[in-house]
Amino acid sequence: MADKIDKVSIIISKGSLEGVYPALIMANGARAEGIEANLFFTFFGLDVVHKSRVDHIKVATVGNPGLHLATMVGGLPGVSSVMTHYLARKMEKLDIPPIHEFVEMIADTGAGIYACKASVDLFELTKDDLIEQVQDVITVGEFYDMAAGGEIIFT
Amino acid sequence: MPTAIYAGVNVTVNDEGFFEIPDEWTEAMAPEIARAEGIDGLTEPHWQVIKFMRAEYAEKGTGPTVRILGKTSGVSIKELYQLFPKGPAKEAAKIAGIPKPRGCI
Repeated sequence: MADKIDKVSIIISKGSLEGVYPALIMANGARAEGIEANLFFTFFGLDVVHKSRVDHIKVATVGNPGLHLATMVGGLPGVSSVMTHYLARKMEKLDIPPIHEFVEMIADTGAGIYACKASVDLFELTKDDLIEQVQDVITVGEFYDMAAGGEIIFT
Repeated sequence: MPTAIYAGVNVTVNDEGFFEIPDEWTEAMAPEIARAEGIDGLTEPHWQVIKFMRAEYAEKGTGPTVRILGKTSGVSIKELYQLFPKGPAKEAAKIAGIPKPRGCI
């Protein structure tokens, strides 16, 4: 293997379950291969590092054709929760942790966890609203400095 | 199939250096494999993980994920990454003489 990736910077911009898991799996997988990883949570992705929201991230049951569920059904109250619960059970069987535990685990692997300053300002949050694993609230410029020399993945 | 010599014994490994036949592994080989991975000197926690890997493999036929290691080996995930910087599940599997785990988590 001549070409090996040494570093990845992963941007998480979505706040839905299906928008978040792929990024977390990529990040954890990178660390498992000895690849340096930094995660940058922006816009609705910020929910993943938001103390009171991280445990309530749901799968999108409307506007999600991959779910093969009629849009009208997906919009009924509770459907999103039921689908999320169903997926959570399936994932636990595959040893995929719940999002909150997953973020803590990824932080423990030595990956950097950062929140986007513009988004924190937009949602009128402070660092106190964020889980303790967040190392810093950083600007786009600081993100690019950190990402230099590695691959950038946007999700 | 490539071979390697650890502790003076010829063993079968794959292209990445993982043991093909876990029964060929002995404890005496571990320090040498570790050194080749950049780990000089196996400490007590290293051994705790290596023995856990062997036991899990013997029982389940595959090495444990990092999550399982963190929950049941008695060594935290933070410490696991300090002990095996190139990735605990993979690196410890190599040193423990078991095949590379293929999970995504």
